[in-house]
Amino acid sequence: MPQPVVAISSVSKTFATASGVGTTALDRISLDIQEGEFVSLIGPSGCGKSTLLRVIGDLTAPSDGTIEVNGKPARQARMDRDYGIVFQAPVLFDWRSVEANVALPLEIKGMSRTQREQRVGEMLDLVELRDFARHYPYQLSGGMQQRVSIARALALEPRILLMDEPFGALDEMTRERMNSEVQRIWERTGTTIVFVTHSIPEAVFLSTRVAVMSPRPGRIVEVIDIDLPRPRNEDTRESKRYFELITDVREKLRGGHNSADGSGAGSAIPSAGRTLAEGSVG
Amino acid sequence: MVTSAAAPGSTPVYRSALRGALVALIFLAALLVVWEGAKLLGGDPWRFKNDAGQETVYQPPFKWPIATDLSLPHVWKIWDALAAPVQRQQEQSLGGFLLGAAWHTGQEAALGLLAGAILGFALAALFVHSKLAERAFMPYVVASQTVPILALAPLIAFAFGNGVFGIVVVATYLTFFPVAIAQLRGLSSPDPRALELMRSCAASRWTILWKLRMPASLPYFFASLKIAATASIVGAIVGEGNPGGSQFGLGRSILNFNEQYGSGPEKLWAAIIASALLGLTFFLAVRVVELVVLRGRPDAAAG
Repeated sequence: MPQPVVAISSVSKTFATASGVGTTALDRISLDIQEGEFVSLIGPSGCGKSTLLRVIGDLTAPSDGTIEVNGKPARQARMDRDYGIVFQAPVLFDWRSVEANVALPLEIKGMSRTQREQRVGEMLDLVELRDFARHYPYQLSGGMQQRVSIARALALEPRILLMDEPFGALDEMTRERMNSEVQRIWERTGTTIVFVTHSIPEAVFLSTRVAVMSPRPGRIVEVIDIDLPRPRNEDTRESKRYFELITDVREKLRGGHNSADGSGAGSAIPSAGRTLAEGSVG
Repeated sequence: MVTSAAAPGSTPVYRSALRGALVALIFLAALLVVWEGAKLLGGDPWRFKNDAGQETVYQPPFKWPIATDLSLPHVWKIWDALAAPVQRQQEQSLGGFLLGAAWHTGQEAALGLLAGAILGFALAALFVHSKLAERAFMPYVVASQTVPILALAPLIAFAFGNGVFGIVVVATYLTFFPVAIAQLRGLSSPDPRALELMRSCAASRWTILWKLRMPASLPYFFASLKIAATASIVGAIVGEGNPGGSQFGLGRSILNFNEQYGSGPEKLWAAIIASALLGLTFFLAVRVVELVVLRGRPDAAAG
């Protein structure tokens, strides 16, 4: 087995609360992610999937356990600019044109102007927005803005791309188009992707593996291999295996949620009674 | 999907500026009508030549204290006074004199505005990076503004002398506060995820300040700079008006013409109008810079 790109070993994260008890967002999570994988973290709201992503990206420190990225601590990986990150909102800088937004990480790295221009051009070609290079973010639709933010995240050719519910704010039609687009980008760049979502179809359609999480405390219930053939397309969405896998993920989600509710002692979160349906149907 | 946007904000800005100027002119005309209307109804009697060339006296129907020639001189008298000598036996006209005074005061105010903006900006940049510094200094920053400038101006003149420097310090004192407060808000305005994005690119604090916090703060900065621009004129005028403050400038003229009010009220009015016009000029100058700097932003044409 080659060295994993991301090695998570018994990572826990506890948030202090006003009562002083502390909420356990992540409970001894271990997961290895291999080069070129597309791993989705799925679970209902409050299961810690976004926290796990933030811990991987060194945006928040774990309370316990270790994260290694490319064989080095997460902090070092961040300082080496090994990450690209895409949030649910595009988080574009509205005073920068599309091309200047994509160039931002390159500027921070200190790349020369000519190198930047070339790289930005490649990235805009990748997300098919070359014609909009000089537009400003407010002139673009939500889906186009999110494509710009993907181009920005990929500009530094990161070893690993972290995506935190990137299409959660988009309508269903746009989301499906964006899923195909991400698949195409992933196949072309070969970047390892960690993808947080609460949409089962999205996770199944995109991933090589889906890690199903349960809340309170946040745990990985099961990691499901998605053996759908590639390239995946509209036929995939109508195939029998696709529906089987969706059912599989859904049952694992339900199981994890029920057991968590059953043993939910010490839970300090008021929305503990929230049903799975709300959290998982995208 | 995509709005028509070849060059965002080129023609609409012109048009809105023209419309703004037109509205301002109409309002000015209305103000003059009300002014002279008050004189017509309740002012002092005045002489004029009728069509036949005979001198006639116009007698207004009412007598309002607010509309007497002493409280509210005729607009044309103020206008005429601008061309008349500033003092007896002097060549210089009042208009020329006020222009020179405004130029003098404007330079002091501009220096004060510049220093105040830099000071306010620096304080905000310090506070946004250090909660400790904010907690330690902010109370004094706020307290400084509760003390009336009239009480402090003599102290400042005493400490820094009666020259231009002391006057600039007064203007700075009045301008740094709005900039510091708005700028603190502006530098803290970026989305937390934008800050995380910068961190994920291993951006230094300095880079985050330069590439994210600063550009995000600019709309706040210009809003406060417009307040500070007019405050800087007030500061310079108060500074000049200090006992022994300055021989020149609008502040000194206002005090002098105040003493001569009984013999020539229109001079003080002319000085007040000159001060207002100077403030307006500063305001518009900031607005123009704002439009240039913020061009291309979605909210550029607003406020």
